[in-house]
Formats: sequence, C-alpha cells, structure tokens
Amino acid sequence: MLSLTHFLVLGAIVFSISMAGIFINRKNVLILLMCVELMLLAVNTNFIAFSHYLGDSAGQVFVFFILTVAAAEAAIGLAILVVLFRNKRTINVEELDTLKG
Amino acid sequence: METFVFYVFSAFLVLSALMVITVNNPVKAAFFLVLSFFSSAAIWLLLEAEFLAIILVIVYVGAVMVLFLFVVMMLDINMAQIKKGFVNNLPLAVAVAIAMFATIFFVVGGDSFSASVFTIPDPHAADYSNVAELGKVIYTDYVYAFEIAAVILLVGIIAAISLTLRRRPNTRHQKIEEQVAVKSKDRLRVMKVEAQERK
Amino acid sequence: MFENYSDSQVYLAIVLAPLIGSIIAGVFGTYISRAVSHIVTIAGVAISFILALFVFKYFAFDGAHIYNETVYTWLVSDGIHFEVGFMVDNLTSMMLVVVSFVSLMVHLYTIGYMHDDPGYKRFFSYISLFTFSMYMLVMSNNFLQLFFGWEAVGLVSYLLIGFYYKKESAIFANLKAFLVNRVGDFGFILGIAGILMLFNTLDYAQVFAAADSKAGATIELIPGMQWSMITVICILLFIGAMGKSAQVPLHVWLPDSMEGPTPISALIHAATMVTAGIFMVTRMSPLFELSETALSFILVIGAITALFMGFLGIIQNDIKRVVAYSTLSQLGYMTVALGASAYSAAVFHLMTHAFFKALLFLAAGSVIIGMHHVQDIRKMGGLKKYMPITYWTSLIGTLALIGFPGFSGFFSKDSIIEAVQTAHIPGASFAYYSVLLGVFVTALYSLRLFFIVFHGEERMDNHTKEHLKESPWVVTIPLILLAIPSVIIGGMTIGSVLYGDYFHGVVFVSEAHNVLEHLKEEYHGPLAMVLHSLSSAPFMLMVAGIAVAWLLYMKNPSVPGKIKDSFQWLYTIMDNKYGFDIFNEKVIAAGTRGIGNLLSRIGDILIIDGIIVNGSAKSVAWFSGIIRHMQTGYLYHYAFAMILGLIALLVIVVY
Repeated sequence: MLSLTHFLVLGAIVFSISMAGIFINRKNVLILLMCVELMLLAVNTNFIAFSHYLGDSAGQVFVFFILTVAAAEAAIGLAILVVLFRNKRTINVEELDTLKG
Repeated sequence: METFVFYVFSAFLVLSALMVITVNNPVKAAFFLVLSFFSSAAIWLLLEAEFLAIILVIVYVGAVMVLFLFVVMMLDINMAQIKKGFVNNLPLAVAVAIAMFATIFFVVGGDSFSASVFTIPDPHAADYSNVAELGKVIYTDYVYAFEIAAVILLVGIIAAISLTLRRRPNTRHQKIEEQVAVKSKDRLRVMKVEAQERK
Repeated sequence: MFENYSDSQVYLAIVLAPLIGSIIAGVFGTYISRAVSHIVTIAGVAISFILALFVFKYFAFDGAHIYNETVYTWLVSDGIHFEVGFMVDNLTSMMLVVVSFVSLMVHLYTIGYMHDDPGYKRFFSYISLFTFSMYMLVMSNNFLQLFFGWEAVGLVSYLLIGFYYKKESAIFANLKAFLVNRVGDFGFILGIAGILMLFNTLDYAQVFAAADSKAGATIELIPGMQWSMITVICILLFIGAMGKSAQVPLHVWLPDSMEGPTPISALIHAATMVTAGIFMVTRMSPLFELSETALSFILVIGAITALFMGFLGIIQNDIKRVVAYSTLSQLGYMTVALGASAYSAAVFHLMTHAFFKALLFLAAGSVIIGMHHVQDIRKMGGLKKYMPITYWTSLIGTLALIGFPGFSGFFSKDSIIEAVQTAHIPGASFAYYSVLLGVFVTALYSLRLFFIVFHGEERMDNHTKEHLKESPWVVTIPLILLAIPSVIIGGMTIGSVLYGDYFHGVVFVSEAHNVLEHLKEEYHGPLAMVLHSLSSAPFMLMVAGIAVAWLLYMKNPSVPGKIKDSFQWLYTIMDNKYGFDIFNEKVIAAGTRGIGNLLSRIGDILIIDGIIVNGSAKSVAWFSGIIRHMQTGYLYHYAFAMILGLIALLVIVVY
C-alpha cells in the first residue's frame, strides 16, 4: 500500500530535479521559470499528501493559494521577461549582469 | 492497483521533469512541463484532491503553460548560445541535487512518515465532495486570505499588462475629443499682408 | 554700624565695592568724565579699605573666631560643591588691609601718574578689577574660588602689562607673562585636581581637617613608583605659586612686566599679586607641613631666586627693572621662609615688603614723571635737590629693602634669615648661605640705584633738567603715606605676628619644623633685636654692600666699567639673565613648535586625517571593492547562494 513516504520521496525527487535544472540551464530564464514551477509542483504534492494523510483540508487550501500566487507570479515573471527581451534583445542570464558590483 | 498507478505516473512525472531540464528547445521543455503537470494531477487524484487536480490541469496547463508557450515563441532566442556551458554545469547540478535529495530523504525516508505512523485514511464515500469541503473552509476560515489572493491576481493582471504595454509615441492616431471640440477660429486665421515692392 | 562683624554683608561689600567701581569706570567709561571714573573707583577701594580696617580690628584686637560661610552655591555635582564663599581669619584680614591700602595709594597716585594718558578710565577700571580679584583670592574658602581669583589677577595682570597695546614690546611682555603663568597655573589646577581626587571636596576646612588622615596616601604616576600624594599635590600647587610669585624658572615674566605703567608695577608686580603664591602656600600650610620633600623643594627654589635674581639687579640700567629684580629676590626670601616652615615670617615679610616695595616703585614712578618718562638710570643723577620728597621717601624705602636695623624690612628679613639658620630640612644650609649673601647683593644693587639716581653727576640733557621738579601732591602723598608703614610697621607688629599668637589657628606648623619656636626663645622685643643685629652677619654684609656701592658708584664711578670689561663673560651671562629667555625661546618655544609641527604632520595629517578619517573611508572602499566581486549580477550565483543556504539550514535543523 502507498504510505505518506512514497509521496514525500516523490516530491523530494522532483524538487531535486528542478533544482538541478536551475543549475544546468543557468542561462535561459524561461527554463529557470519552468524549473520554479516544477519546484512549486513538488511542494504542492507534499502539501496534498500531508492533507490527505492527516485528514485536514487546510493543506489543500494552501495549495489553492500557492497556485493562485504562482499563476500571478508566472504572469508577472513572463511579462518582465518580455520587457527584458524588448530592451536587451536577449534573455541570456549571463548577459544580464547590470547588478554586478 | 493504486500502487501501480502511482508508480506509473511517478515515472512519468520524474522522466518528464528530467526532460524539462535537459531538452534544448524551450518549446519542448514547455510541453514536457505540461506532461509533468498531467502526471502530477493524476497523483493528486490518488490523494483524493480532485478539485486541485482539475484546477492544476485547467489553470496551469490551460492558461499558464499556454502563456509560457506564447512567450517562448514570441521571443527570438538564440539556442546555441543558451546551451553553451551545459555540460560544464552538469556535475555541479548533479551534486547539488543529490545533496538536496539526500538531506530531504534523511528526514522523510525513514520510518517517521511510514504507514505505521501515518495510517492510511479510509477512502471517502461516493457522495463526498472535495469541492464543497474546500469551499466551506475557504469561504469561512480563509476568507481574508482568499480576498488577498483575489487582490494578488488583480495586481498580477495589472502588472503584466502595464509591464508589457508598449506605447509608441511616434505613431499617428486621431484624437477624437479634439476633433469634436474644434472651433473654426482654431483652424482659420485671417491676416492682413502689406503689399511689398519686389526686390 | 558693624555690630555683627561676621555678617557676610560686610565681606560682600568689601569684595563688591571695587568691582562696582570697575564696572562703572570700564563699561560706562564712554559716558562719564575722567573725574567721575577716578572718584567712583577710588570710592570703591576706599570703602573696602575702611571695611577691611574694621575687619582687621575685629580679628586682631577683638579676637573674633574664624568666619567661614558659603555665600552662593554655584553647582553641586556628584556630591562636590562648587561654591563662592568667604573664609576670613587673621591672615585674610591682614591681607585685606595690605591689599586695600596699597591699592588705595596706587589709585590716588594714578591720578597724577596717568594724568595725560588716553587710557585713563580704562586704567582705573583695571586696577579696581584687580583689587576685586585679589579680594576674591584671599577671602576664598575653597579651591575653586581661589583658582578664580588666581586666574582673575593673572588676567588683569595681562591686561595691564599690555596696557600700552600699541607698543610691540608691551604686547610681547604681556603674552610672555600670560604664557609663563599658564605653565604655573597648569600645575596649580593639577594640584587642585589632586586635592579633589584625594579629599573629594574643594572646601578648605574639610581638606585641612582630613589632611592628617590622608598623609599616607600614595599615587603611582609612573608605573612602579609610589609617590606620596600629598607631596605631589603640594609640589603642583607650588608650581602654581612659582608662576604667580615669579620663582625660578618661571620668573621670566616679571622683569618684562615692567612694560606696564608704573602704578601697576607697584600694585601688582611688587606688592600684591606676586605675593599670591606666598599667601596660597601659607593658607595651605596644613598640607605643606605633611610633606618635607615639598618644603625642601620650595626652600631650594626660593634660595636660588633670592640670590641669583639679586645678582641681575646689579647690572640693570632701567630704574624699574632694578626694582623688579629686587622684587624677585625678595619673593625668593619669602619662599625660603615658606620652605623653612616659617609661614608667619613669610607673611610678615610679604606685608612689610608690600609697603616698602610699593613705595619704591611709586618713587621710581615719581622719578620717571620728573624725567619725562625716561627710565634709563644712566641718564639720571643728582636728583636729590630737585625732588626732595621723592628722595627722602626713596631713602626710607631703600633702607627698608636692604633691611637696615629698625626699618620694617629689617625685622622681617632678619627673622627669615634666622629661621632658615635654625631649619634642618634638606637644603636648609644652602638656603641659609644664599639668603645671607643675598643681603650683601640687595644692599649693593639698592644703593647703586639710589646713588646713581639721586647723587653724583647730573647726566640728563638740558631740556629735561629745565623742567625737573617735584611731582604733584597726588604722587607725593601716597609716597609719604607708604613711607610711614615702611618704617614702623615691622617693629610694631613683629611681636604679635611672628612671636605672638596672631596666626594661631591659621597657620599650622608641625613640631619638627617649628623654627619660629626656637627664635621665640631668643626674642626679647624689637629694640633688643635691633641691638643684637648690629653684631650679626647679615648686618655686616649689609654694611659691606653699602660700602661697596658707595665706593663703586660715588667714589670711583669709573671702576664698574673696568670690572665689567675684565669680567666680560660674567657680564654676558648676567646680561642674558642666565639664558632663561634664550632657553625658553630656543628650546621650549622652538621645541613646542617643533613638537606641534611633528604632531600636526604625524598625529593630525597622517594618523587622524590620513589613517582614521580618510583611512576608514578608504578601507571601506577597499573592503567593498573586494566583497563587491561577490555581487556578480548573475542570477544563478544568487540562486546558488540561496540553495546553499537552504541546504545549510536544513542540515542544521535536521542534525
């Protein structure tokens, strides 16, 4: 039978993969954003698993809000990306170093 | 049966996630992300979170991922340059990922969350409504958070529009209100001109 | 009128009368005439003189108890009271009479002396202010007020030395006086700080009461060396006295202070202010008695001053400077008396000296008026027949100065010499021979001055000679009035002041040092003392001094020139005043400037500006220049840092 551990480990795996993704694709902001979405997915999976096994719907409410915020975040992030590309003609992270000290 | 479904969709999820981070083409990455969302939705169904699973598919796959695709296609991205240094970063990425996973696994992998500690809950009856259940909680205990979430979405809408809105000052367009309000003397000027001898 | 003498109103009136006069003459000087300005200031001083006489009568004859009251509490901080208060006893009342009398005489005299001076009102304002300051100093019942008076008389002295502020040498002299006094005052205020540290109070009575119990206290100024706190305090206080009372090596300002008008030389630089140090040490006798080291120090300094400053008087040609050096020498005598624990003798000499030295200065001033402000004695001579009153009063002053038996100076100076002879503390024998030789030197230079000025050839030019006449009555009356005490005051008061109980309960002398007690056994009245002295060493030396002066300057006036030629090196040393001025200028002033430059270059420009101010800014820039490389601007670097942090946090939480 499926225990809570199964879901948690799945979440951990997805989280680790997305983290690796951030490092691998460290030039492409788009894929970075996708990796962030994937991370949120892993976290949401954990929330839902706990909610289910604890019999408490609060976990699901959290996921609901996370999805809301993540949607807004994705929209704004992509909008920034568009503006960025419009101004710099690139989304290559290595060229985006205006914050350099 | 459930275990089988879990492993199948887990495999889908993990593999598509791996593909998301490794494929060259962002469009493909977006599609693999969609696949991983689908697998994830299936796993959420196993956890009896039907509402969220559907929301994930409708909102995420239907809206957010489409947005992603739009952006990917809109932007003219130089893929060769983007992929440079991919292999160099791989060992570091793997190391960090393994370290992360090891740390988390150390916590969740043991007996702390096993079936003996967290007993597997009985499946709900057929007339159980996950939507009604969530609704009750959201509109009572979390109503303020819900309102704030609405505001955040509004902010997201306005921010996205205002960020990407492109004003073009040099394009010519009509100003209707001025055309309507115009008077004849604004347009016509009568002047007296002295006759001058030709030089 | 004064039923209750211990009423503080009387003391306030004494102090404030000259202050009010000074303010009227000084602040409102533009609105009042010359006559009004001298009338108000003289009235102020006269009131305080009359009141001082009453106070003196009350203490000396009616046997009043010591008055010690606080008039005004300025502030209280951490249990320490900063107050204005009066402590009046026999010592104070005597000082009050001396100061007010001399001051009154000088005020009167000034009317004549400064008659044509444009700074007439300013001058009256200053001397009244000085009188006020001196009252504050002598009437103080605490160290703070003492310091106030101390600094105030220093300030007035500065103002008056530079009275002719358009004269460069006067400006130089007043600056010099001020700076040299600063050195002394620095020691003085350190001494007061030491008092505060040791006794935790500034009140005389409390300090003296606790003095015995603190005698064993030590201080570690240099690590590893324990010094007696009392000794340190006493020497520091005495350094202050050295500045004010012009003791070697802080004496250099006094001869130069003769740049000021003559009345001031009489009032401040001979009779009153310079005796502040003597007065202060006498007042602090309960402290000084506890430290034999400090007494020895005082004794030696005084002896050096008494003898060597006398030598310089012999070669001076400026009439006021000769008197100034005699003042230095006499101050040395007083200091020697202090060192020998003969405080009464010191104060006694202070009093007699105040009268005859003021007399001598005013007489010198009278001569200067007659000579139309020529001060060089080489251009004088034979003034006896032109200025008889000045001549006779000068003679009295001179005889009093050299200690001719029967004159007031004789009693005080002879007592000091005998007291030193009896003393046993280290340095006493050196001091004894110094003061003994000093008698000869004093007689020599005093009579030299006297002979050159009043006898012999008339060396002035014809124009001056035609106008030469006796000074007006405002000048001669003070001379006569001062001549009287110069003759009689010594014999009159020696019995009670020195050997009586006048200073009982005011001056404290420990048993071991009580030299005056020995002298008392041999004292059989003033007349006996005069007779006895005729066969003593000081008298012989004095006669020898007179004889030498007569031989050199009356009989054979060419001899001094020959002596000068044969001992050119000695003359050069003395003409340079033993090189104190050169030393001060070359070593101390130049050294200070050098250190200042060094500190400015190293301390200020290099360390403070360079390292601390600019350096801290630079180091911030340097440090940020290094750490800003951490801010690469690359997103993944920030992400990596975040993740590392996350892992680290997880590890911490988990393990």
